Amino acid sequence: MSKIFETPLYPYTRSADQDAATPVRHPVVVVGAGPVGLAAAMEMATQGIRVVVLDDNDRVSFGSRAICFAKRPLEILDRLGCGREMVEKGVSWNRGRVFFDEREVYNFDLLPEQGHQFPAFINLQQYYFEQFAVDRVRQMQAEGAPIELRGENKVDSVTDRGDHVALRVNTPEGPYELEADWLVACDGAGSPIRAMMGLDFVGRVFEDNFLIADVVMKADFPTERWFWFDPPFNRGQSALLHKQPDDVWRIDLQLGWDIDKEEEKKPENVVPRLQQMLGDDVEFELEWISIYTFQCRRMEKFRHNRVIFAGDAAHQVSPFGARGANSGLQDTDNLGWKLGLVIEGKAPAALLDSYDVERIHGADENILNSTRSTDFITPKSDMSRLLRDAVLDLSEHYEFARPLVNSGRLSVPCTYDGSPLNGPDGLVGPDRTRPGSPCPDAPVGNGYLLPRLGGRFTLMTIDAEAPATFEEAGLSVDHVALSADDDPTGALRERYLGDHGRAVYLIRPDQHVAARAETFEEDTFRAALRRAIGKE
Amino acid sequence: MTDLTLTPNIEGPDDFYAELLAAHEGLSFEESNAFNARLLLILANHIGDRAVLARALEAAHRPTPETNT
Repeated sequence: MSKIFETPLYPYTRSADQDAATPVRHPVVVVGAGPVGLAAAMEMATQGIRVVVLDDNDRVSFGSRAICFAKRPLEILDRLGCGREMVEKGVSWNRGRVFFDEREVYNFDLLPEQGHQFPAFINLQQYYFEQFAVDRVRQMQAEGAPIELRGENKVDSVTDRGDHVALRVNTPEGPYELEADWLVACDGAGSPIRAMMGLDFVGRVFEDNFLIADVVMKADFPTERWFWFDPPFNRGQSALLHKQPDDVWRIDLQLGWDIDKEEEKKPENVVPRLQQMLGDDVEFELEWISIYTFQCRRMEKFRHNRVIFAGDAAHQVSPFGARGANSGLQDTDNLGWKLGLVIEGKAPAALLDSYDVERIHGADENILNSTRSTDFITPKSDMSRLLRDAVLDLSEHYEFARPLVNSGRLSVPCTYDGSPLNGPDGLVGPDRTRPGSPCPDAPVGNGYLLPRLGGRFTLMTIDAEAPATFEEAGLSVDHVALSADDDPTGALRERYLGDHGRAVYLIRPDQHVAARAETFEEDTFRAALRRAIGKE
Repeated sequence: MTDLTLTPNIEGPDDFYAELLAAHEGLSFEESNAFNARLLLILANHIGDRAVLARALEAAHRPTPETNT
């Protein structure tokens, strides 16, 4: 168990760049080899673009950290080639139970919609995520992908030189200089790159502390999410129990504001509390303890000329709802293809401004949801608490109060409504697949829809005509032709056709809908494609 | 006569709850209580139906196991 934390995954080795007479220029440098940085690197490498990842460490992160991965990020990881490994290792769950005081007030089934390749959620420790991602990077390297991971490479300074970014990087063998056409900063909530550039990171601080413990136990608790409001073992506060792989359980205990963190973290204080929570007869071992506070905040802009921020470096949310790492993976999903097209000279640099528009929209939605959850879990005033407790009391007896109980609204991808990249909606079709929407999966033939889309622009037709090859603005668009015969469950019809007999969708490389119509109108789709790459 | 609705009936429950909390923002506890009293009288008048109101009083007073609407 502890071995995974101790083994260097990308140990420091001397790079030729360190001996170069003049600083070597790279098309893309990613700072940070956490989940978001690794995903960013894979996005570039799948497009054949050279990428260097710098990380001040050389191994997986310590402790479970991000543990809840949602369907959309798993679909993104599948496109990058490591989604299935994560699902196989991860723990899937659907049932949640809510406790108030000493009693269970209700339980619910997430009832995930059928007809998706990936589950609504898996629980997986961040260190496993990073391990699988690095394994995938190694596999891509073996296949010739131009991707380089440099451990113990700490960026000391960053300078915007207009048409490139200059970096000074420190290593165990001393510093060296490096240049990047584009720098993607995925260096976490405390982002040193953001600090070095003197950029803002404003938002709301929540005056609260949470203790997280990873506990190893052979307990026969079911694979469910249990959430307590004001339980006897943590009076006036909340608690969460979640299962992870390898008999590791994640426990979050709300501690309040005025506490002595060092004192609270001592095992002699933590263990009795957990024993009371889990029951006297349960044997467990503490694997990891941490105390965190959180904020909900974001940068005003994510793109600063040639430096682009993604993940926690750009936006930070409270952990309720699993919207941290999940939204970071949607950032790189959005950025990857745009940066690729700009580097290849197929799209103007202004396309990157749509990353700001779309992902700030996503960040604001996440911040709103996680702020509301936090306000419910940690009422700010006596009246908030009274209302909250009234909701919980009523929820035990009356179904109407249950949608008001908020212990976290779990991460779902946002629709880029109003994005400058959206083309026309020429179909009075299902709302969920309007332009800007992430494509919902559906069983198609013997497999699923999403693996057939993505990575490139695609024209998807359902019982509609379209040319086999379609080129515009130097891009060639793939054609995926489907028919009612490919729709064994009716999900394709329900999700993409509605009352129509046929449809044509232009789908972006990140599997979001760019435009749709009932039939292929050439001028419309040519214009929609130009618009989707920032050329209109 | 309609029955008291005890199944979910508010569209956008999170938006509503946020608006409810926002309405109390900046009020003292006493002011919040007075606000709640005014609010419930306004809502009661909107409902109007005495039988429904009687059922609501009962439901708030003594939550009973799941009843149908």
